[in-house]
Amino acid sequence: MAEKILQIRNLRVTFDTPFGQVFAVRGVDLDVEESELLGVVGESGSGKSVTFLAAIGLLSSRARVTGSVVLQGEELIGKSPQQMRSVRGRLMSMIFQDPLSALNPVHRVGKQIVEMLQSHQNLTSKQAATRAVELLDLVGIPQPEQRSSQYPHEFSGGMRQRVVIAIAIANNPKLLIADEPTTALDVTVQAQILEVIKRVQQQIGTAVVLITHDLGVIARVADRVDVMYAGRNIEQGSIESLYDHPSHPYTRGLLASIPQPGKDRLTPIRGFPPNMMAPPSGCAFRTRCEFAEPTCEVDIPELRIFNDLQTACLRAQELPNFRVRQ
Amino acid sequence: MAFRRFVSHKAAVISCVILGLLTLLVVFAPFTARYGVNESVQVPPNSFLTPRANAWLGTDDIGRDLYSRLVYGVRVSLIIGLLSALISVTIGSLVGAVAGFRGGKFDDIMMRITDLFLAFPFLVTLLIVRNVLGAIPWIKPITGEMNSIRFIILLFSIFGWMGVARIVRGQVLSLKEREYIEAARAVGASRRYIIRRHLLPNSIGPIMVALTFSVVGAITGESTLAFFGYGPQAGDGATSLGNLVGAAKGAVQTGFWWLAVFPCLMLVIIALSVNFIGDALRDATDTQLDRGN
Amino acid sequence: MIRYILRRLAWALPTMLIVTFLVYVALRIGTNPVESYKRSNPRVTPEKIQQYIDINGLNPNYVLGYFRWLNNFLTGNWPRSIKGSREVWPALKDAMANTLRLGIAATVVGVFFGLIFGLLASLRPGGRRDIAINTGAFVGISIPPYISAILLQLLFAVYWQRWFGSSLFPTSGVYPAGHTGFDLFLMLKFMALPTIVVAIQIIATYSRYLRASLLDVLNSDYMRTARSKGISERRVLIHHGMRNALIPIVTVAAIDFGSIVGGLIISENIFSYPGMGLYFLKSFGDGDFPLLMPWMVIIVASILIFNLVADLSYAWLDPRIRRE
Repeated sequence: MAEKILQIRNLRVTFDTPFGQVFAVRGVDLDVEESELLGVVGESGSGKSVTFLAAIGLLSSRARVTGSVVLQGEELIGKSPQQMRSVRGRLMSMIFQDPLSALNPVHRVGKQIVEMLQSHQNLTSKQAATRAVELLDLVGIPQPEQRSSQYPHEFSGGMRQRVVIAIAIANNPKLLIADEPTTALDVTVQAQILEVIKRVQQQIGTAVVLITHDLGVIARVADRVDVMYAGRNIEQGSIESLYDHPSHPYTRGLLASIPQPGKDRLTPIRGFPPNMMAPPSGCAFRTRCEFAEPTCEVDIPELRIFNDLQTACLRAQELPNFRVRQ
Repeated sequence: MAFRRFVSHKAAVISCVILGLLTLLVVFAPFTARYGVNESVQVPPNSFLTPRANAWLGTDDIGRDLYSRLVYGVRVSLIIGLLSALISVTIGSLVGAVAGFRGGKFDDIMMRITDLFLAFPFLVTLLIVRNVLGAIPWIKPITGEMNSIRFIILLFSIFGWMGVARIVRGQVLSLKEREYIEAARAVGASRRYIIRRHLLPNSIGPIMVALTFSVVGAITGESTLAFFGYGPQAGDGATSLGNLVGAAKGAVQTGFWWLAVFPCLMLVIIALSVNFIGDALRDATDTQLDRGN
Repeated sequence: MIRYILRRLAWALPTMLIVTFLVYVALRIGTNPVESYKRSNPRVTPEKIQQYIDINGLNPNYVLGYFRWLNNFLTGNWPRSIKGSREVWPALKDAMANTLRLGIAATVVGVFFGLIFGLLASLRPGGRRDIAINTGAFVGISIPPYISAILLQLLFAVYWQRWFGSSLFPTSGVYPAGHTGFDLFLMLKFMALPTIVVAIQIIATYSRYLRASLLDVLNSDYMRTARSKGISERRVLIHHGMRNALIPIVTVAAIDFGSIVGGLIISENIFSYPGMGLYFLKSFGDGDFPLLMPWMVIIVASILIFNLVADLSYAWLDPRIRRE
């Protein structure tokens, strides 16, 4: 088994707001292995972004984070902001959803990469500039030399996302977190960006966490998948197993609700995601689950191995076999 | 929602209370003031008394009670502020709404004029326009004498509408593109109807804010004029806060501090309170916040 | 870029002509130059009056008169003041130098502290420091300059002298009476109070501007990107935040020019500081047309220049504008 880059154990994040506490992440357990591409799926509000923002230390001061995040054997929770800064951008970096606003409009693209390089490596300006051009080339930007002296507004959305990726991988991080990197882009551009991420992962051996709500994106590139619901991960496993025989009713619902050619009706999951200020007791999904029993109200189900998946469902073994209804 | 946000603004609530008390004090001036505007505290008049029991805030050069004069002065100033703000907001909203909605030449010319006036130092424009208004004979029946309260009110109305027009125009320009206006236009609503039924009601927030700021503008503006000797003639029912602040200038070198400090303080309190209220109104009626929360 | 500047300059000229024409008309109606002349010089002969009308371009026809005036103004054939028949240029030149000194000092002090306060306030919005700075700025905006001038004068000159024997800052003029030559320390001492009066206004406005604009910027995505790079918070704020936050401020700076000059006029008047403001108030009070017109020309020209500079720095700060 490959070495584990990132280990998250019982991570909890709570936000204090004027209206009360929001329990955004309520005990997440998750591993990222070396050089793998892990997909993290969930609806908006399921805590998938917050989990990784907490891991990289970019949450606002209103957030209270407990639990453990170990990166390459080093505990990150409880580190001082200064210590976290030397981790961020060097061992672990992150790219965000909207490439149009992720780049600083007043600085040249090359300079923004150089800044990332020079803040973690001892490079002369010349070396850094050369490296920046190489990076732009790596993420597939044509004429990287000229482009590096241009401003973000001179790039298209897809090209900007490539620049953002170039910044993120500048210091060959061990872990790259991509938070919905393709959501804001056209479908054709989405495929290209996924391609770039996949290539980067293979070329520099970075582990990638791809956060998305789009199962189609995950299916295309991920090695393993982690499904999150209401601040907890409820199922994880290899992409093949998860798409072939999902155990958790929520994962099943997700897969069933993907539109497919030849299927004339969508099967949506009934109900609405829970209010994270007062999450339901026991299994958070029980209010929407067709298999819910009285016991589901009592215990919060833990991840348990079943059918080469890890599933957090008390009734996982009793459920009928899954078949996408045609 | 808007009301709740306004109330959560502590400074604004305190300001409302202060202004409310001031208004009461001023409305019932004959009872709340201890002496008449031009009445001396003692007979024979005793000038430059320091603050004491029979003259809370001291007396001026000819022995008149400063406290009573302040009460009457604030009354005149509030009338000046409110009336000229009402006039300028009415004109400004109409001009701004039409300019923003129609665009084109009218808009261009209006904005050029306001640009010109806003770029100039306020005091310079104020003095010149004041003199020009006073020098045109056929305006005199409308404006009255140059040192009358009516003249001052009209003068500040002329200045006030421009700022309001700009704000309303900006609001209308952004509203114009909204779907519900397009929808109204699509079903054949007339321009006048759209302005009256959709644009102006939805601009109420910015208009209210502009109203508060023009009140401050007129009150401090009147004081500025008075300070430089171009204000209204002091007298029964016309002694304004500006006159009292203007008199402060002479009291400084001689060290009669109460004559300088109290009128100035009163002016600052009024300006600050109205500004706080305006700021809170702006926060409270900002529809962008509504969408955020 | 150069073409843009040239185009702006080409526009400035007609604007200048139109505005000075308007000012000319307004001054003629508002101050009635011929009457003022007669008032100041009661025993003047009709020939002298005619000469005065000719050189000032005070023909009954405003358009002809304006061009007459413009011709004389451009050829350096400036009329003398109506009071004391002084030459205008030397007086104007001195006033300009004094005001420039005061204005620059106040602007530098004001913008510097304003930006610092704005930055401090926006670091923790809603915190105690933010509330303190914001309230302070609000008070600063609500105090008209003549009131802060009166109170400062009362405190530092009159009462300071009473309490401590000598006043901390002098309250009038540029130098003490009878002083000749240049003395930097003395000059700064005399400038202190008038500078503070104008600077208070600037500090109050700019701290509010910067706070609002920084808060906008701090919530933007590229700030998060910058933080995710692991660079120091200070670098994030100054390198990424300030630069973007300054862009909208530059545009309002041009509009503020008028209010700064307004503050200068008031401040100069109270502290008897012989600058453009005192010059204006005196000559306006006298209806001194020969003194007033060149003053107006300079003010209009400075407004135009200021706007141009603001636009250029806007383009310099924001690469998105530069291309057009």
